[in-house]
Amino acid sequence: MVQQSRWKIIVLVLALVFGVLLAYPNVLSQSQKDALPGWLPKNGLSLGLDLQGGSYLLLEVDVPAMRAKRIDNMVEDARVTMREGNFATNAFQREEGGVVVTLANPAQQDAALEAMRLLAGGPNQQGVQERAASRLGNDRIRYAFTDQAMSAMAATAVDQSIEVVRRRIDSLGTRETSITRQGADRIVVQAPGESDPAALERVIGQTAQLTFQMVEDDPELINLALQGSVPPDSVLMVDQDGVTPLLIKKRVLVSGEQLTRASVDSDQNGRPAIGFRFDGVGARRFAAATASENIGKRFAIILDNRVISAPNIIGTIPSGQGQITGNFSIAEASEMVNLLNGGALPAPLKVEERRTVSAELGQDAVEAGALSTAIGFVIIVAFMFLTYGFLFGGVSVIGLLLNGLMIVAAMSLTGASLTLPGIAGLILTFAVAVDANVLIYERMRDEARAGRSVIASMDAGFNKAMGTIIDANLTSLVAAGIMFVFGAGPVRGFAWTLTIGVFTSVFSSVLVAQVLLAWWLKSAKPKKLPIADAETVK
Amino acid sequence: MTWWPLIKVLPQKTNLHFVKYARYAAVLSVVLCIASIVSCFYPGLNLGIDFRGGASMEVSKPAGQTIDFDALRGSVNDLDIGDVGVQGIARRDNNIDDGSTAIVRFQVPEGRDQTQVVQQVESAITQAVGEVRYSGVEVVGSKVSGELFTSGLLALGSAIVLMFAYIWFRFEPQFGFGAVAGLLHDVILTFGLIVLLRLEFSLNMVAAILTVIGYSMNDTVVVFDRLRENLRKYKTMPLRDVIDLSLNETLTRTIITGVTAVMVLAALAVFGGEALRGFSLALMFGIIVGTYSSIYVGAPIILLWGVKRGEIGEEAKPVKLGMASRP
Repeated sequence: MVQQSRWKIIVLVLALVFGVLLAYPNVLSQSQKDALPGWLPKNGLSLGLDLQGGSYLLLEVDVPAMRAKRIDNMVEDARVTMREGNFATNAFQREEGGVVVTLANPAQQDAALEAMRLLAGGPNQQGVQERAASRLGNDRIRYAFTDQAMSAMAATAVDQSIEVVRRRIDSLGTRETSITRQGADRIVVQAPGESDPAALERVIGQTAQLTFQMVEDDPELINLALQGSVPPDSVLMVDQDGVTPLLIKKRVLVSGEQLTRASVDSDQNGRPAIGFRFDGVGARRFAAATASENIGKRFAIILDNRVISAPNIIGTIPSGQGQITGNFSIAEASEMVNLLNGGALPAPLKVEERRTVSAELGQDAVEAGALSTAIGFVIIVAFMFLTYGFLFGGVSVIGLLLNGLMIVAAMSLTGASLTLPGIAGLILTFAVAVDANVLIYERMRDEARAGRSVIASMDAGFNKAMGTIIDANLTSLVAAGIMFVFGAGPVRGFAWTLTIGVFTSVFSSVLVAQVLLAWWLKSAKPKKLPIADAETVK
Repeated sequence: MTWWPLIKVLPQKTNLHFVKYARYAAVLSVVLCIASIVSCFYPGLNLGIDFRGGASMEVSKPAGQTIDFDALRGSVNDLDIGDVGVQGIARRDNNIDDGSTAIVRFQVPEGRDQTQVVQQVESAITQAVGEVRYSGVEVVGSKVSGELFTSGLLALGSAIVLMFAYIWFRFEPQFGFGAVAGLLHDVILTFGLIVLLRLEFSLNMVAAILTVIGYSMNDTVVVFDRLRENLRKYKTMPLRDVIDLSLNETLTRTIITGVTAVMVLAALAVFGGEALRGFSLALMFGIIVGTYSSIYVGAPIILLWGVKRGEIGEEAKPVKLGMASRP
């Protein structure tokens, strides 16, 4: 014990240096941090949303809704293909993953199958065959997603949704938003600071499916539809005035996927409008839809099942460019433009969980946390001094200080956020950190009581207490590990603080005590153990 | 240094006969545990929205202005979304309950869109009491709350199982059973306290209980370590005396560490603000119970069970817990 091994001192000094280096940025202002040379760590503690304020959103991608929608489109595609090929059909039956077409004339099966195969198309860019047409009996054709496509659909939908959500949030100008995937079909959005949670939710909540569909203007059909018999290839909606009924063909002419750019424009009357431009495929389809045989008819521009405009076709538009006019304000127009440019969500997102904390509330929590940490610290220090005197108590207090420094350093380094329960974890860590010292000191007392010399009892104190200290701390680690695995958000912050605390506290309480007490032993050459009971000294 | 009053928490060598009172303690523990378990079903835990689903909003007006709670409750009730709870709380900035801050809690009825309902409630609140600030809003869907509840229970269950496995591995099966009995005892009593004080059972509370488990284990391990050491050292001493000796030897440490933790948590409960109060109360209570259980649940169970002594493997006889059989 007197012969202090050099490595202990080196390790301790290194811990101190790195601790200071890593914890130091926390006391600097942003401009001071920016002025630091590049090789120095600059990250301070990051505060959890409950401390700095912000929003947490757990979104679920509505995959079943997306599947249903895609299969709807398949049914319509099949309908149109059959009609265009002049195949007589008896039924279109929706089923899991696709549609079964029953032909009126089994002799046409080969030709119809060929047409459907053409509709299904080849493999996509990733080499995956998404849709396939197959023979079923002698008069039916099954047109459906392949199993591969069905199983990839959910994963792709979540990935795409994350991308879209990211673009939309970026357009809001919210900084440092983290968007992560959770489980199979969930997305977590964490936006710190004074962000407007309502705007966030509004922006994320819109699917932004833009479609162009033909309007059925035959008054007879409209009347029939109003009486309840809507043709199978159409759907009844209301015009933008909210009153006039519109009978709209289900088939999508062009959709938002073909959009290359949307922008805020103004129409000839100077009112805000939305300009758009399609890609090559979109432009061709748009030209076909506005071809001469359709002039005079109307098409509807639909955003998320809401008709925003239903203009007349006055001439063929080959350029793939156009303008959506309607009654919107500049703000509405630009929000819509942002949504369109951000792309459509492949599936609706449902908000499953939302937690918002205002920055003020977070600030209050930080203050309360800091105050109780300080008070807790003072209590521990006073108690240690009272119990073990200035020397031994002081040594544990120094260990405690190093412990605190190392916790801050480790949390800054790992970028783990400090949460409100995390602060509680920190305080508790301090309380339990002195436990290692208590165990050691009590052991020393025991040994002194048994009549050993100062050096021997101190040596034995460290050696014999070590096993207990490790056993006792491993149990805390297990508890923290479980919280980390099962817990969410703030609880994880608590678990993380506790975990870091276990390591740093064992390290600092034991090592600091060893080095400092050895030094004292060497210089003071004491005759009796200062913490020993008076009666033991003979 | 001699002038400094080093606290002698206890006389240097205590010789308390813990085991002697183990029977009384056992009766007390069993009664309290049963009461706690019963209370978890009747009246039942006060589940927070983490586990029950629904929404909780903290609304406040500037200091000095008051919120008309009845108007607020009435207007939200008009939305027909079931029970609405409105509770006044102290202001966050000065801790004064001046009627300017309230928490509004409600459930989102099955089949209604959560986002929409929340918006409707917000506008109803604005209509009833004017502009307010929403300083904290929490909305948890029924699906998520169900999952959180399951994973919370799983966390507690696996913590106990892992601790048992750990003690079994590090010590002996008897020690494992003793430790787990102590853990269950602590967890059950902490639940009892949560029900008794009507604390909200939330995710944070699960974290508190897990911490109690960690602490209780920590305490038990210290006692068991000494017990194992003494079992090797005093091979012929009766088991009950070894247990008493080990408990006495670790008593000072038990008290010092426990008192430090409890004092610090008391500071947290008083100064840490509303959000941490329940959390720190449960922790504080759990630590006290955890200390008690390492003395009166863990060790006596080993006594009842018997334990292998030293390397020779001589089996110690389980001892009958006679109340006054020993001075």
